[in-house]
Amino acid sequence: MLNSLGREIPEYIEGIGKLEPFQGALAKLRKGWMDEPTIPAPNRAYLPHQSKLCKTLEEAIIRSNPHNGMTVSFHHHLRNGDILLVQTLNILHNMGIREITLASSSLNECHDPILPYLVDGTVTRIFSSGIRNQLGRAIALGVLETPVVIHSHGGRVRSIHTGKIKIDLAVIPASAADCEGNATGSHGKSAFGSIGYAVIDARYAKEVIVVTDNLVDYPCIPLSISQNFIDHVVVVDSIGDASKIATGTTRITKSPMDLRIAKLAADVIEHSGFFVPGFAFQVGAGGASLAVAKFIREKMRDKGIKGSFMLGGITSYCVDMLNDGLFETLFDVQSFDAVVSNSLLNNRRHIEIPAALYANPFNCGCITNKIDVVVLGALEIDVDFNVNVITGSEGYIRGASGGHSDTASGAKLTVVVCPSFRGRIPIIKKRVHTIVTPGETVHVLVTERGICVNPAFKELEENLRRAGLNIKDIHDLEIEVDTITGVPGPLEYTDKIVGVVEYRDGTIIDVIHQLKEK
Amino acid sequence: MKPKIAAQSGTFESSDVIFLIEPLPDNSGRKLEISSTVMQQFGASFNRIVLEMLDSYEMTDIHLIAKDKGALEPTIKARLETAIKRSLEQQEGTLK
Amino acid sequence: MTKNFKKRRTMLYIPGNNPAMIQQGGVYGADSILLDLEDAVALNQKDAARALVRNMIKVVDFYDAEVCVRINHLSTPFGLADLEEIVPLQPSAIRYPKTESPEEVAELLKIIERIEDRHGLPHNKMTLHAMIETAMGVQNVFNIASMFSRVDAITIGGQDLTADMNIVYTPDGVGIDFARKRIVMAAKASHIDVIDTVFPDVNDEEGLRRETEYAKKIGFTGKAVINPRQIDIIHKVFTPTEEEIRKAYHIVKEFQMNTAAGIGVFAIDGKMIDAPVVARAQYILKLANVTVG
Repeated sequence: MLNSLGREIPEYIEGIGKLEPFQGALAKLRKGWMDEPTIPAPNRAYLPHQSKLCKTLEEAIIRSNPHNGMTVSFHHHLRNGDILLVQTLNILHNMGIREITLASSSLNECHDPILPYLVDGTVTRIFSSGIRNQLGRAIALGVLETPVVIHSHGGRVRSIHTGKIKIDLAVIPASAADCEGNATGSHGKSAFGSIGYAVIDARYAKEVIVVTDNLVDYPCIPLSISQNFIDHVVVVDSIGDASKIATGTTRITKSPMDLRIAKLAADVIEHSGFFVPGFAFQVGAGGASLAVAKFIREKMRDKGIKGSFMLGGITSYCVDMLNDGLFETLFDVQSFDAVVSNSLLNNRRHIEIPAALYANPFNCGCITNKIDVVVLGALEIDVDFNVNVITGSEGYIRGASGGHSDTASGAKLTVVVCPSFRGRIPIIKKRVHTIVTPGETVHVLVTERGICVNPAFKELEENLRRAGLNIKDIHDLEIEVDTITGVPGPLEYTDKIVGVVEYRDGTIIDVIHQLKEK
Repeated sequence: MKPKIAAQSGTFESSDVIFLIEPLPDNSGRKLEISSTVMQQFGASFNRIVLEMLDSYEMTDIHLIAKDKGALEPTIKARLETAIKRSLEQQEGTLK
Repeated sequence: MTKNFKKRRTMLYIPGNNPAMIQQGGVYGADSILLDLEDAVALNQKDAARALVRNMIKVVDFYDAEVCVRINHLSTPFGLADLEEIVPLQPSAIRYPKTESPEEVAELLKIIERIEDRHGLPHNKMTLHAMIETAMGVQNVFNIASMFSRVDAITIGGQDLTADMNIVYTPDGVGIDFARKRIVMAAKASHIDVIDTVFPDVNDEEGLRRETEYAKKIGFTGKAVINPRQIDIIHKVFTPTEEEIRKAYHIVKEFQMNTAAGIGVFAIDGKMIDAPVVARAQYILKLANVTVG
């Protein structure tokens, strides 16, 4: 069957179940409720003064009823410094556990060591918002029988509510915790800031293990994760490589190209009609996207505009803007550098939020619904403004859906920033390889060679033209870039599906086919 | 024509390509080793450009190594022209 | 005022042997792009850069920017070969380094015209920018600027000039201040553009702003740029303020109305408005892309 973006979606996939085709960004929300029932969260009972402490991670796992076909979940707040996901799978593998469903909120390069477990059947299914490097390559080439499911940050919460992801065991690393499992990421030697993505895992997993390298006296404050959901607590020497978890402050790029794109994007925002006192703003954590914040900060100062809140992945740059009084509040679902943890701990206007409050479409209103302006990146974008942030030009899975589609659907102004080509590969396509974010939720594309406005937003285009910005029709820009780079030859794929891309409402926006390597 | 000396042009930078040319014994024809970061998408066009230019200079008995990092067509042609002319001792450059 | 109006607030230097930078040269919004075959290219890569620049100029779209090529001096083994490759492509301008005398310019123009004749090209399209970067050049600058119709801009090369004067470059620019002002005056007297030297520290945005403000104050048309990050700051300085634009608009509007009514000299707010004031106002409106209708 075809979804509303013309992508062929199978009705059923073995190991995943029935698929519902995407029908539009707000189609399912208009009803006012979610059709699928919400499964009840598990209940347990603990006796007074019963100890949760385990000597080793292995002991905690043995106490958590490991079994074939189980689903194990993790959060990715330690980014590329995480070591516990690999350790946990090593332990499960050594116990002979097979057919594990891995449900990490995202996967990074540091998880490459589990590749053999995909080959030998230890891990047979994956749910994640992002997959990269060797895992992404192997999956694109068909290492798993069952396709991986790519979800957004908001969509993951929904999938856990509906039982599509049914977590048997959640392993939650924390940089500080007490003996009852009250835990946080906001202090300790391995501090990583917000632990927002793990909150839903703690609530819904049948067994929850908190792992820390910093056991503090009861109670551990703040209660980012609270003890009433925690079964076991393990103290280890280290939860990860601190140098890769969060370091220093985030620097604005010095790349002239990124800065040029960012400057143009800031001009777009300034003249969009949404750059007004009280506006809510979200930018990415690096490259051109973060650099937009630098130029917006200057414009806010020049014009005396003060915003309401910044949301999302929070960097030290956001903290600086909060401290400068340019924004009232930070909502932090994920923190990107060491300075942020401090602010999160000490500034009451810097608020830790769980993924559900951040972006789950099926509740009484997530915060992404309140965004005025969001700036997002892209691996590819097509002439219909559909954005790919998951598959690379060489066909591998090498990105993350993350909050991309969540924030795009909520914002009044979604600005996508990217260079028009990278290493001779055009970024603007007639048709993106994989759709993650539908074009109807993208307002403007900003490249170094011109600004393209989605034709559905006429008034915005008017505003930007009046400001004298370099507006081009996206079809013209696509041809212009092809003329510079040459038209790349097509990649070849088989009929086998290796990935399913879920939209935040649970419908299927696209599938990823197995890559034929030349 | 056949290269007189070994010659090189270009750099390993992104959007550039490095060419290395060596003479081969008489009647060896052409030996090409081409690698590129965008081989899948542009390998065919890269090969075509190289062969056309070697034809236009009637180059033979040549060993050519190319390492491409996404160079655009005018760059590929400029670098190859430079390598050929250097190998023919028409121009000075590195490896002399 | 200058002979032909061109926006020349910024001239972005791009090393001639760097394909990544050349292919992106047009996207930063610089008024002029300067593809450099001279100091930015190593001695053993001159041939490579020449072929690259020649190929790139043919294909790359630099959008609205004026495209100039800085060639090597004719006293080097590369100058003549540069001209043979570049002149047939007729970029907007050739920039000639270390210009010291009008005789040198005459010699250069003779060679350029010979190449143009061979290719059936006109002698009045491509212009010449003379770089003044020696003490001798500074002494002869008025003749260099005034004697040739094809010379439509002169520039000061600060680093080479300090070296030639055997002084140390200081951020306050004291050592080259006389040269700056003499070169500006020669340009003004010849009605051509005059471009200031680069500001070498790309991380010092405040310093760049101050130096650009000074350059504007003493009469430069624009400033050379070594990193695209410097462009916006310089444009901000050289772009007229809203107040200046409003005033200029008023003057030009009055001028048009008075001319239509056959009145030559007129006054605004009791101040006489004569031809130079009108010309200055027209220049400001062109910089600001404003037309008086």
